[in-house]
Amino acid sequence: MASTMSALDSAGRRGRAGGSRARRDAWVFLALALPNLALIAFFTYRPLLVNMYYSTLDWTLGAMDATVVGFGNYVEFFTSPDAPAVLGATGIFTVATVGGSMVLGLLVAVSLNQKVPGRTLARSAVFAPYVLSGVGVGMVWLFIFDPVYGALSWVLRSVGMASPQWINDPKLSLVMVIIVYVWKNLGYCAVVYLAGLQSLPQDVMEAAALDGAGPLRRFFLVSFPLLSPTTFFLLITSLLSSLQAFDIIKIMTPTGNGTGTLIFEAYLQAFGAYNRAGYSAAISVVLFVLLLIMTGLQLRFVERKVHYA
Amino acid sequence: MSAPTTAAAGNAASPARGIAGNAPDATNFSDAKGPVAPERRERPLSRANLARTLATGYLPLLLATVVVAAPLAWMVLSSLKSPGEIITTDLTVLPRNPTLDNYAQAATTVPFARFFANSVIVTVVGSTIKCVLAVLTAYALVFVRFPFKRAIFLAILVALMVPPQVSVLPNYIFIAGLNGLNTYWGIILPGLGTAFGTFLLRQHFLTLPASILEAAEIDGAGHFRRLWQVVVPISGPSIATVTLVTIVGEWNDYIWPLIVTDRPEMMTLPVGLTLLANSDSTAQAWGVLMAGAVIVIIPILVIFAALQRFIVAGLTQGSVTG
Repeated sequence: MASTMSALDSAGRRGRAGGSRARRDAWVFLALALPNLALIAFFTYRPLLVNMYYSTLDWTLGAMDATVVGFGNYVEFFTSPDAPAVLGATGIFTVATVGGSMVLGLLVAVSLNQKVPGRTLARSAVFAPYVLSGVGVGMVWLFIFDPVYGALSWVLRSVGMASPQWINDPKLSLVMVIIVYVWKNLGYCAVVYLAGLQSLPQDVMEAAALDGAGPLRRFFLVSFPLLSPTTFFLLITSLLSSLQAFDIIKIMTPTGNGTGTLIFEAYLQAFGAYNRAGYSAAISVVLFVLLLIMTGLQLRFVERKVHYA
Repeated sequence: MSAPTTAAAGNAASPARGIAGNAPDATNFSDAKGPVAPERRERPLSRANLARTLATGYLPLLLATVVVAAPLAWMVLSSLKSPGEIITTDLTVLPRNPTLDNYAQAATTVPFARFFANSVIVTVVGSTIKCVLAVLTAYALVFVRFPFKRAIFLAILVALMVPPQVSVLPNYIFIAGLNGLNTYWGIILPGLGTAFGTFLLRQHFLTLPASILEAAEIDGAGHFRRLWQVVVPISGPSIATVTLVTIVGEWNDYIWPLIVTDRPEMMTLPVGLTLLANSDSTAQAWGVLMAGAVIVIIPILVIFAALQRFIVAGLTQGSVTG
């Protein structure tokens, strides 16, 4: 970038006076970038601040007036049974989906990393669910999980087992949405891990093989440690997207039966049955603080990555 | 666990084989090199070797592909079955008399054609504007002199990580205040700012050779001509990537259209599918719901199948390049 800029700058200086040129460039910059920047500022950054303000109000969505309650909503959230339930569901969902899609993604990546015909097709196939509508995918899986007419219940019956009550049992509902979320996202992890595996230095792998290391030792003592930047990248991006999971949870458990994660609970409180805008905003702020910590880690990682490479 | 790792070891043990795969001379080369290569390698097409290749190479791939494809195939097959074939515990895989009745019933229960049109309108208008904004902003960030460019870029990078879900309540209050509920502009406007596209195109523009732009400038081309006649034509693949990823995102977008529309004639497909699921006449009518799911899922699946190279590259951006 530096070389590009200085080249253009010197070309400009040769032509006209620097001052008017800089002023004109500033106008060009604003004309090009301002619409996008203004939209991002107004619809992405402004809501973060507005949410913090809303979170201090006792305010019913649609009502004309609201009472200022300070940290009341936060106190209510953290002292009510909501907090352990919501934070628990968020924690279980996040750990299980991130862990599940990364471990399975790595396994798929390792098997994709062989020189067998058809692997390009398999790679596309496993990635496909990642780009599909979470609502459509959730609906398909809801049918598969149906305790009476679902394909899964049929499979279980044919081996002599009764289908679990996926929909009615809150614990199983959470398991169900986790399974679907992992199914949708493991292809992303697999493709990213595959790229990591393919960029491993071949001479190191060769040296380990010549030293007599077996396949398992080579994987755990050589490949996996060398993949650590990829693992860290996936950990952060998966954490971020898990904390934002909404579509699958909403379509499969419309009223949040054991699946009230932070994001879904914030939605239910404001737009579900309760219309509690202030309380919902407080939950959103809690979620945002969590995401902020993740983002901080991500930015530090980008920095580290530069030194690594 | 052990199957894939053994297979990976097969590759790692003989890196000299390269892309030559099982070519006999490559195999001999790797055998001659060291004690690690198993003896079985001497006859690449022996029965034992073939079985091993199938078990470690194909089986995991086949399993992964089936796990992914089976639910989608089940969706399509079920959408073509009659109610009697679905509301039964005696499951059949293929529909006995394939019928489009489920699609017809989905379309009479809720205005599915209208949902489809709405999704197309929102996706086309939203993606077009977002891509133009991304190109303009990225060009400005890379090629136009301006103070604070680093800070602006950092703000865009952070916006990339702020989930739209956190902003829905304030944006809902704002759009509702302007009577934007149940309007196209109300659905499209809040998502128009694009951090992702800007980021991706900026990274690409930085790799363009400065000499081309210098030549254009010396020829007297202003910024707008340099942008449209030099930068855009040589950035086709990157712009295609941004466009496709944006289209996928707009088509699948759920939480915002869900909140901002409550009149069926303004709903997009994912929201309409929710309406279909909630309507009494289709509760448990899985065939009808699968027909709805097909209409939501298949267009993106077709686009993905045709242009997956660009989409995968765009969505996994940053993983390797940093």
